[in-house]
Amino acid sequence: MWSFAQLADTIHEGLQASLPPAWALAAEMTIVGLSAIGLFAMLGLVLVLMERKVSAFMQIRIGPNRVGPAGLLQSFADTLKLLVKEGITPDGVDKFLFNAAPLVAMIAAMLLLAPIAFARDFQIWDLNIGVLYVSAVSSLNVIAILMAGWSSNNKYSLLGAMRSGAQIVSYELSAGLSVLTIVVLAGSLQVSEIVASQADGWWIFKGHVPALMAFVIFLIAATAETNRAPFDMAEAESELTAGFHTEYSGMKFALFFLAEYINVFIVCAIGATLFLGGWMPLHIGHWEAFNHAMDWIPSSLWFFGKTFFLIFVIMWFRWTFPRLRIDQLLDLEWRYLLPIGMVNILLVTLVAILGWHF
Amino acid sequence: MVEEIGTTEQGDLVINVGPQHPATHGVLHLVITLNGETVKKVEPHLGYIHRSIEKMCESLSYRQFIYATSRMDYLSSHINNHGCALAVEKALQIEVPERAQVIRVLMDELTRIASHVLWWGAMAMDIGAFTPFFHAFREREMINDIMEETCGARLTMNYMVPGGVMFDLHPNFHRRVKEFIRQFHKKLPEYDELVTGNAIFKARTRGVGVLSKEDAISYGCSGPTARASGVDCDIRKLYPYEVYGKLQFEQPLATEGDTYARYLVRMHEMRQSLSIVEQLIDNIPEGEFQAKTKAVLKPPKGEFYSRVETARGEFGVYIVSEGGTTPYRIKYRSPGFSNLSALDHAVRGQKIGDLVAIMGSFDLVIPDIDR
Amino acid sequence: MDATAWPALARELRTRDQLAFDYLFCLTCVDWKTHLTMVYHLTSTRHRHHLVVKSRLDREAPSIRTVCDIWRTAEFHEREVFEMFGVQFAEHPDLRKLILPDDWQGYPLRKDYEDPVNMIKL
Repeated sequence: MWSFAQLADTIHEGLQASLPPAWALAAEMTIVGLSAIGLFAMLGLVLVLMERKVSAFMQIRIGPNRVGPAGLLQSFADTLKLLVKEGITPDGVDKFLFNAAPLVAMIAAMLLLAPIAFARDFQIWDLNIGVLYVSAVSSLNVIAILMAGWSSNNKYSLLGAMRSGAQIVSYELSAGLSVLTIVVLAGSLQVSEIVASQADGWWIFKGHVPALMAFVIFLIAATAETNRAPFDMAEAESELTAGFHTEYSGMKFALFFLAEYINVFIVCAIGATLFLGGWMPLHIGHWEAFNHAMDWIPSSLWFFGKTFFLIFVIMWFRWTFPRLRIDQLLDLEWRYLLPIGMVNILLVTLVAILGWHF
Repeated sequence: MVEEIGTTEQGDLVINVGPQHPATHGVLHLVITLNGETVKKVEPHLGYIHRSIEKMCESLSYRQFIYATSRMDYLSSHINNHGCALAVEKALQIEVPERAQVIRVLMDELTRIASHVLWWGAMAMDIGAFTPFFHAFREREMINDIMEETCGARLTMNYMVPGGVMFDLHPNFHRRVKEFIRQFHKKLPEYDELVTGNAIFKARTRGVGVLSKEDAISYGCSGPTARASGVDCDIRKLYPYEVYGKLQFEQPLATEGDTYARYLVRMHEMRQSLSIVEQLIDNIPEGEFQAKTKAVLKPPKGEFYSRVETARGEFGVYIVSEGGTTPYRIKYRSPGFSNLSALDHAVRGQKIGDLVAIMGSFDLVIPDIDR
Repeated sequence: MDATAWPALARELRTRDQLAFDYLFCLTCVDWKTHLTMVYHLTSTRHRHHLVVKSRLDREAPSIRTVCDIWRTAEFHEREVFEMFGVQFAEHPDLRKLILPDDWQGYPLRKDYEDPVNMIKL
């Protein structure tokens, strides 16, 4: 059966056969880099279109419908517009930080693509601390936001950045704790092993109540970490106009925008990997026939299906809920989610030690 | 700006909200002093769209000046026109035919619903929920269509004339309004589901921006803003004009005076207005839609004051006549102006996010404040 | 009513139990070319009675005491009257222009106000 893993192997063998080893490695890296960037751009376009279509669906509108069939090319047109727009750097900004911030946001988002398993045996870098790597690198995002807010020399930007700093640092804890529950259950930090441990059922089903609770906490924390409504304090457009990217325009704004959507994709991909089995098809215990039938659906479809389902859920949040206030936001984290998460991790350790999970 | 910065303490942040800002719904300019996220002071700077309508009206005839008021509170332009027409009728002692009275009240209440529906969407948007805005526009669109058929315009209707209304009702009016009543009955529970019962919405609005009864009276608040603080100030109830005296409707009151109370009062008011429309739509009497009046109106010398209840509160028209064809002086008492003066009091000590919520619950329309 | 008697009268109207005029719903001024008249529309939310108080002011140097310590809504209304008619409100806490730009000359709502740019003579 055709798969991404085979494709990768074919390219690998072809290059090894025709080039000296060092060159082959370089060529492979270039291909990986280019496809990562390609995926990046594609994801941005698709997610923006999806967001607009989802919001239109929620808001009894049609959404983009003029450019291309059913408005499919709308994002391309928007990107083109942003590309040819003048990138304004206002007077009085800290030029270096101001221009560097969108790049930092972008690079932080891009680095996160590395440990994600897109399909069976198809991963850029299966490092043995994959989950830890994701939690570590995803916090880099806050630095970009603080840089942008501080260097803009704008009071709204500063307020937005400060809010965002407090928010991301807080919610990192909950996200980390809920990720840890799965690490405890799976017994590994490596993404491929976590996925492999779900061969007889996804953790959200196998892990009883603690896994389910961890999933809910993860969803909330993920929404908060990506600065999306109802936790979009950093932007809060009715309060702070556009928060930390008030002063940005043109491509620099687009980079922030893109980074936001890539981050949404990444956290949803992580959520899908940890709780919903990543590329692992829906398997139930030892029902061999059922499991076999499920294997007929390609693993990449499983992965993207789950990820986009989670993305849809997060978009659903955004277009349904009002925004929290900053103090309520922090209250929610420190008074509710964090204690619950801590109790939950105790519970899950008990479950794991006693082997109560399936 | 300079003196404000002078009066602030170290560590305070002075920021300009507006004149262009997504939450001000117009060109209101607030200079707010922040300490961290907490608002210490709010100072409105007005006048960005001041057109001096009062001065303009001094050179317009008694038939013309009514329509300038459509441009004040454009969301309840009909009711503003009504207030002016009442003042002129009072001055000239014109008897308005019953049919015209009923039509006027019907239009007033439809306008009130349209205005409140828009407010509902905008308020939810201020708090960060975008979707209600579009749902609100679905119903508002139906009212606008009804208005367009009968009055010929969707926003500034200019349908009132001294002595009645300009045209008779469109033949479709009855059917369309019936349709709207059915639709709105179905959609109101949906509104409640989407926003009223939402836990985040409640957390954002309960106990926020409390205005006590004494403060509301002292600041001259009116309309739902004051009624949420327990001031019974509905002009329709207290000093009934047209056929309001014969109608069955309640004046929603709350005692909390916070943002949520203001929200609930307005939601309740929509239901009351709908019930008024229901009572009247099948009972429009036959007859003239306009009283016979002279072509040129010349009220006697004197001073005349009329009050009506717009969607935002009490709208007063004070005409000083010298006996000529144009008013000598006109003063419009706009509800938004007085309500705005209470904003500073309500916002102090709250968070910056609350400022937006409170402003939304005050339902400020900037041309109404600036005139 | 005389402008000097206004502060005491206002307080009396507000505080005495049978009067209790607590709601100042309209405050304005009329330019009669020879003099200005301040007009206060009052009502009582308790007794539901109304009162209109008028005070004649000198046109050259109009001045009256503020009532914004009695009815706080007066603060904004008086600022408006101040810039539109040039009435000085004594003891007003913050008598600055509210609507007009800070450098505006003249009092637009007075009858003799001429503005060749913004006004069209009919």
